[in-house]
Amino acid sequence: MRVDRRELFAGRALLLALVAITILPFISIFTTALYPSGSSPAGLSWPADPQWGNFIEAFKVANMSTLLGSSLFIVLAVVPVSLLISTMAGFGIGLLRIPGAGLLLLLFVFGLTLPFEGIITPLYFLARQLGILNTRFAIVLPLIGLFMPFAVFWMRAHFVNMPPEVSEAARVDGASTWDLFWRIHVPLARAPIASLGILMSVWAWNQFLLALVLVEDPTQRTMAGALGAFQGHYATDIPLLSAGTVLILLPTLILFIVFQRQVIAALLQGSVKG
Amino acid sequence: MSHAADGAGDRGAIARSRPGAAPRRQARRIPFTRGVRRQTLVGWLFVLPALVMYGLFVLQPLLLTVQYSLYRWDGVGPATWVGLSNYATVLSDPRLVETLFNAFRLVVFYSFIPVALGLVTAAVIHRVAAGRLGTISRTVLFLPQVIPLVAAGIIWGRLLSLNGLINQVLGAVGLGDVTRAWLGDFDTALPAVGIIGIWVLLGFCTVLLLTGMGKIDGALYESARLDGAGWFQEFRAITVPSLRYEVGVCITVTVIAALAAFDIVYVATGGGPGGSTAVPGIQIYILAFLERQVGLASALAVVLIVLVLLVILPIQRFTRGDAS
Repeated sequence: MRVDRRELFAGRALLLALVAITILPFISIFTTALYPSGSSPAGLSWPADPQWGNFIEAFKVANMSTLLGSSLFIVLAVVPVSLLISTMAGFGIGLLRIPGAGLLLLLFVFGLTLPFEGIITPLYFLARQLGILNTRFAIVLPLIGLFMPFAVFWMRAHFVNMPPEVSEAARVDGASTWDLFWRIHVPLARAPIASLGILMSVWAWNQFLLALVLVEDPTQRTMAGALGAFQGHYATDIPLLSAGTVLILLPTLILFIVFQRQVIAALLQGSVKG
Repeated sequence: MSHAADGAGDRGAIARSRPGAAPRRQARRIPFTRGVRRQTLVGWLFVLPALVMYGLFVLQPLLLTVQYSLYRWDGVGPATWVGLSNYATVLSDPRLVETLFNAFRLVVFYSFIPVALGLVTAAVIHRVAAGRLGTISRTVLFLPQVIPLVAAGIIWGRLLSLNGLINQVLGAVGLGDVTRAWLGDFDTALPAVGIIGIWVLLGFCTVLLLTGMGKIDGALYESARLDGAGWFQEFRAITVPSLRYEVGVCITVTVIAALAAFDIVYVATGGGPGGSTAVPGIQIYILAFLERQVGLASALAVVLIVLVLLVILPIQRFTRGDAS
């Protein structure tokens, strides 16, 4: 492409500016975390005497090891189950084309635009009634349900495009529907299942509203939910709050940098299909 | 809708009476040409678990929201039937109506600006930064999209505070007079929350639009250039029209993010000062869990759900209709 030098310069300057605007907030929270606990540091500046100990302090007061375990528990309870049942439903609707498939799809798609706040009030009373309020299951069970519209829609989009020959060959060999699903179509659907798994893991990890309303104890919450509580308790101790925020960001940032191609691809496909 | 949810309940009963291993045996015994009804049943069994979870934890609460919205209830004592009066309150009480207006004001920041700026940024990356710079800026710009919104709220709460980075920069360029606690000021709190949204969503829009640009036929640009088209003409005549679908997706995702905003607002301002950043999500939370007005909170929730549908459906039709 022919691009003159002035344009090249202006374009690159714009990009660098945007990159700087994106990164500066992260740097600012990091340097703030290094100031003496209880002080009120200004904007972006390197402290005279960096307090690396703030991170250890925040790790302890935020109960970080319990938190990591709690978030991990929630992700591991939500994602595999959601993957299995949404793949089955996508298979039933997209490939078996059961009678009523069109209506079923419409019913699930309807949930795609539903804001979580729209149903959070009854979810609270429902969780109380089921006796799971203030336990991790109050986050896990509704989250599985809330992921279904997107997950079923996503998996159905894969199965509806599978050529029928694949299934016909297996049928002739006498495979049952379950064999057809488990032995033939699930292995073929590995890529969309993996993307969906990444997406739902990120969403579960970052889930805030359900954690805030349904679980009082921050150590039983997701990372994001715990961060909200941490902010409530340490709003006045800015360096400590910043150190806690950095610690809570760290796992997400590391995973993103390692798996950035997959994460970006999954999030983009997710929105295009949705 | 109510029919569908009832159906989910009935099918739940079927599921309990049949063990999970049943479909395999049945399908083996019966030749599949004659077992059409069995096939249908087996197919439904595949959909059932997802439908049950969706029915129990999404459709059921959805119906309950509608039900609650017709009562006055403090969440503990007996509920009183009040008909549609909660809806009348939502649409007339200035405090609640204002939350709906705030939601639309946020759309400007969460949707219009990221999509417009994303188009320009993507076009720039596409044109002048095909190599390493493009890859790096794409990754970096996407970063805010993967962190919890709560963290974005906390980080920006610091930046926009009285001695935060924003005021530091303004002071350094001689604009010391305008510095203030941006999130604590009636006039600037909502735009300040909006700026956090721009920061979070710009990268998402840019990368999505960039992917779309990669699919545009290069020959279009070459013939345009033979006709002597400049950068802006190319952008307007080729790039933007070819991205109609991607732009539609960006608008859909960001508009939902704006209308259903919660996390950032909760952390950054809690709806304040004086309700100037109260959006429907925050107001539902305050009404239901702090003020114990469950009925009114539910009416606002129903209004929000309908509002999102009313805004999104035309956008979807526009995008898809044109693509096909």
